[in-house]
Amino acid sequence: MQKNHASHAVKLAASDRALRAFTLIFAGLMVLVTVYPLYFVVIASFSDPNSVVLGKVIFCPDDINFKSYMRVFNHQQIWVSYKNTLVYTVVYTALNVFATMTAAFVFSRKKLVGSRVCMLLVLFTMYFSGGMIPGYFNIKSLGLLNSMWALILPGMISTYNMIIARTYISTSIPEALNEAATIDGCQPITYFLRIVLPLSGPIIGVLTLYAAVGMWNSYFSALLYIQSSEKLPLQMILREILVQSEISPNDLLSASDVSEIVSKAALKEQLKYALVVVASVPMLVLYPFLQKFFVKGVMIGSVKG
Amino acid sequence: MNARQSAVSRKRWMRFKGYMSENWQLYILLVLVMSYYFVFCYRPMYGLRMAFMDYNPILGFERSKYVGFKQFERLFTGPYFWPVLRNTLLLSLLNLALGMPFPIIFALLLNTLTNERAKKTIQTITYAPHFISTVVVVGMLKLFLSPTVGIVNNVIAALGGTPVNFLTDAGKFRWVYVWSDVWQNTGWNAVIYIAALAGIDPELHEAATVDGASRLRRIWHIDIPGILPTVIILLIMSTGSIINVGFEKVNLMQNDLNAATSEVISTYAYKVGLQKAEYSYASAVDFFNSFVTLVLLVTVNFISKRVTETSLW
Repeated sequence: MQKNHASHAVKLAASDRALRAFTLIFAGLMVLVTVYPLYFVVIASFSDPNSVVLGKVIFCPDDINFKSYMRVFNHQQIWVSYKNTLVYTVVYTALNVFATMTAAFVFSRKKLVGSRVCMLLVLFTMYFSGGMIPGYFNIKSLGLLNSMWALILPGMISTYNMIIARTYISTSIPEALNEAATIDGCQPITYFLRIVLPLSGPIIGVLTLYAAVGMWNSYFSALLYIQSSEKLPLQMILREILVQSEISPNDLLSASDVSEIVSKAALKEQLKYALVVVASVPMLVLYPFLQKFFVKGVMIGSVKG
Repeated sequence: MNARQSAVSRKRWMRFKGYMSENWQLYILLVLVMSYYFVFCYRPMYGLRMAFMDYNPILGFERSKYVGFKQFERLFTGPYFWPVLRNTLLLSLLNLALGMPFPIIFALLLNTLTNERAKKTIQTITYAPHFISTVVVVGMLKLFLSPTVGIVNNVIAALGGTPVNFLTDAGKFRWVYVWSDVWQNTGWNAVIYIAALAGIDPELHEAATVDGASRLRRIWHIDIPGILPTVIILLIMSTGSIINVGFEKVNLMQNDLNAATSEVISTYAYKVGLQKAEYSYASAVDFFNSFVTLVLLVTVNFISKRVTETSLW
């Protein structure tokens, strides 16, 4: 009896140990598979292009140099689009957060006559939309084609985020505050600006980051609505250089490089690696600090509101 | 009689005035919010009527002719519709079949780790690809998978194999699309399951441990039932959008050589609509897309409500 029990315990420990080993291997592989491509891009961008092309650069950089970065930094159009993306992201984020919070506040007032019907109208837009072509004509008839507002206004309120924010307001800000404020003669807009917004720090963090990352990384609206090249956001330029190679990366080279013995094709590739680094660094440097907000958003979102 | 009536209506009026003096500002905000939805969501929906027209941008909505279901007939009997629909469904089903299990397995395994710091670090690292833009991810695919200078084919060649044309082979498009999606989103999509696992009452685990349940049994009997509602909700949402394969990534990965498998509804609508200017025909594609999404979502939600008592609304 005693012995039996002991062997049972040993067997248990064995299955737990196996699971633990499997977990560590799986997690290790996940980390490796995630990190290696990013690591490779970085070392390839610093290495001698010929070594990269010949497959000599696998684990460590070869013949470290910063030439590809110099080319990227000297490229006019990349910086114009970088600046555009910064402006679009800042303006969009500010407007989106304010509008989304306003909508969340209004719809958190459950007693407001008519707000339920409006909420249904809002929810319907999550499941049915006009689609690409009618959306295009809508923007066109509003006279917004080729303007920064065509990228910003259609996404002013994100319905899904608005529902997350509404859940936050109705669960984290006590209704008693509203009653007290109303008795003191505080009107709803004052209540929203003075009390709800200051108490919504975490959810504003979530909305800000969702909006900023979304705007920074998207190219679809710009593809549809923006024609002039000086207004294009960064992702459109990246698309042209990295994916379509419409702008030949040779444009990034000055005459002196051509005289170098390095093969042009190899240099082209190296420029792309450097460009990937330059374009991704802002988000990759920021997200570890901001991830707690994102995670929080996912968690509030998973609570059914 | 008349006096009484007017007294009643005056009382009502006073009540209305009292209500309004408290709430008029909220109505202003409500009107502002709803005007956004009307201009940027309902106006395009109303614009979908062009799917039933022979829309000519010069004539505009007022003078273009209504043609009934002509555009839909053209769509359903045309040579492109069925292959495009098939590509769309296969791509999203494959993406769902591979994209759902990985984050769940990852979350369940990560949850068994007791070292909080290790857990946090692994999570933070695996989020990273989520913050890279689609354009950059496809750009990286192009660099890595290039048949002449990419690292993947360099390795294949070094191992004695022949280079593979991953990006121009119609048979490989779906796999490249789906596996790169798994790479980009597994860590991030696990967040919601990790949150759900954190919400499971620890007493359940303690009681099971006292009863001699191994970790594996506890995963099976406690963790998996605990996250099942979350899994179902996410499954409903993804089923609803099964026909809505994102335009951005497919458009970037598409080329003439892989179009046989990579042409999906959204890219097709973009091509006929904005590149060939067949606006009404493309709107019919859009309409079909939105309609199927809605029907699928309502159906799956209904079934789920009946079978599992978990539903979106």
